[in-house]
Amino acid sequence: MTYQFDFAWVWQYLPVILKGIGITLELIAVGAALGIALGIACAWARALGPSWLKPVVGLYVELIRNTPFLIQLFFIFFGLPGLGLRMTELQAANLAMVINLGAYSCEIIRAGIQATPKGQFEAGASLAMTPFETFRHVVLVPALERIWPALSSQVVIVMLGSAVVSQIAAEDLTFAANFIQSRTFRAFEAYFLTTAIYLLLAILLRQVLAALGRLIFPKGRATP
Amino acid sequence: MTDFTTWDILRNLLLATRWTILLSLVAFLGGGLLGLALLFLRIGRLSWPRQAVRGYVEVFQGTPLLMQLFLAFFGLGLFGFDVPAWLAAGLTLILWSAAFLTEIWRGCVDAVVRGQWEASASLGMGYVQQMRYVILPQAMRIAIPPTVGFSVQVVKGTALTSIIGFVELSKAGTVVTNATFQPFTVYGIVALIYFCLCWPLSKSSQVLERKLNVAHRDH
Amino acid sequence: MSLIEITDLRKSFGETEVLKGITLNVAPGEVIAIIGKSGSGKSTLLRCINGLETVNGGTISVAGAQLQADEPHLKALRLKVGMIFQQFNLFPHLTVGGNVMLSQTVVKKTPTVEAEAMARKMLDRVGLGHRFDAWPSELSGGQQQRVAIARALAMQPIALLCDEITSALDPELVAEVLAVVRELAADGMTLILVTHEMGFARDVCSRVVFMHQGRVHEMGPPAEIFASPKTPELRQFVGKQ
Repeated sequence: MTYQFDFAWVWQYLPVILKGIGITLELIAVGAALGIALGIACAWARALGPSWLKPVVGLYVELIRNTPFLIQLFFIFFGLPGLGLRMTELQAANLAMVINLGAYSCEIIRAGIQATPKGQFEAGASLAMTPFETFRHVVLVPALERIWPALSSQVVIVMLGSAVVSQIAAEDLTFAANFIQSRTFRAFEAYFLTTAIYLLLAILLRQVLAALGRLIFPKGRATP
Repeated sequence: MTDFTTWDILRNLLLATRWTILLSLVAFLGGGLLGLALLFLRIGRLSWPRQAVRGYVEVFQGTPLLMQLFLAFFGLGLFGFDVPAWLAAGLTLILWSAAFLTEIWRGCVDAVVRGQWEASASLGMGYVQQMRYVILPQAMRIAIPPTVGFSVQVVKGTALTSIIGFVELSKAGTVVTNATFQPFTVYGIVALIYFCLCWPLSKSSQVLERKLNVAHRDH
Repeated sequence: MSLIEITDLRKSFGETEVLKGITLNVAPGEVIAIIGKSGSGKSTLLRCINGLETVNGGTISVAGAQLQADEPHLKALRLKVGMIFQQFNLFPHLTVGGNVMLSQTVVKKTPTVEAEAMARKMLDRVGLGHRFDAWPSELSGGQQQRVAIARALAMQPIALLCDEITSALDPELVAEVLAVVRELAADGMTLILVTHEMGFARDVCSRVVFMHQGRVHEMGPPAEIFASPKTPELRQFVGKQ
């Protein structure tokens, strides 16, 4: 192999890379916050909600979990405008990520809720709390604590999956790599560098989520 | 330009689905074989292969599959020949699946309780015998539901190979959309086809897991 | 001559020293009960004798086989000493017969026919010959523990270590397991038992070892140990039972 590796372009394109990193982080921040919120709502609906709501949420969860994120993204960005729903690349990317993480986190959180000892619900009821109050004040936080590691992994998976939003021209880190390789013709180097950055982001994100977990769920408290 | 009926759309998409299925099978079976080999290094007693496999898994689980595809596509190109998309796609998906399956299966080996190691040790078995006769048979049972579940990830993962130009279901969706200007219908059908491929796998994974849990409660 | 010789055995978990120099010699045919509070190191001692814990100091030898950390030495030692666990640890993927046959065929390379004959004989000995084809999950705790005993016996060990083998059992199932152990003792098997069954220790054992804070605190024939304890710690322990 006589190929000469060339990373000399890095400095020139540093702003492009940094902007891409910024957008990828922004996407995952919004996606994680809203996606987990949606997941909590859906988990409540599936585990404890009214009976008419359960199959609706179930259908949503199954549809999302059994189709590729790329197709969900294309459907939202290219398909929905046909119904008069127009949005920017970033909005579509954000929406797709929220919907995607919402479905996965619904299942994860539901498992956490279902692992709650029955006595916790009974104790809540015996203190005259409504089922929803019991869920909100007694069940939810320990349930989240139980599944926080699984939820964190899913957030990392969604962050890595967000690389495909470059396909609708949302200007994330992968978009930056595509842009650089089209200008420099240094495809391998550009993707090698961005892959390394993604790896660092994944490691970083995992640690941020672990730290967040320690913050929300202080140690020493027992989870029933 | 001729008008496309829904049937035309569906027919073209279904024809492309064959490639999605074939690529999924290649990735899952190839990844399974490689994953099994890596598993033995990962749970073996030699330290450096264990670390190497750990690193391998970390890299493949910690980077986007899309990037892995790009790197394979352009990386193989560095060797000076024209890389066909199917080669880069198949190779990447095998390597990627292997990483995930190794990690899933290692978890299953770890899930066998410590007492099983101790009891077999106290009967004079060596490491290889413990693995062969006591630990792996039990780990294999636990491994079936998550392994079937992972096959869903493989099918969905093949969608990304459309980006490096492999013509499968997703790529066909884009091509048909460009010809028909009906993205809502086309991507809707594409999604449904994926759903029909994935949902039975998801469901059977759940059913298998429930069965396993019931069997476990009996012990 | 001693069958099992333990000299100045030391074992630490991290900073905590759990065994602080244990010396114990066991003659062939002796039945020894190790008693003491939880955390006194009695289970750890037993696990060390079977090589399940790596020791930090001292020596253990069983009929001339030295305890060393490498696989051939461990195997030689474990072929001489069987172990029964609190949680039975039967192999759930094998039938009762399969459990008793496995290590014979795999470790000793006994032909299947002979291994099966031995398995049936040992299962008969613990009163479970008729459950040869049952699955462990179909048995009661007491029956599972008896299969575990048969499994260890099928390797024809010269000594058997029993680690609180009745502690995980419902009270009504304890007797059937103890009856099996009693018979083994009567047949002359060398036994070391960590146990909470003081009545059993008194009736069956030839010697009782009282462990306290990682040391052998007091040792003697059961009559002496239970009737006239010399140290205040043993007096308190015996008084509580």
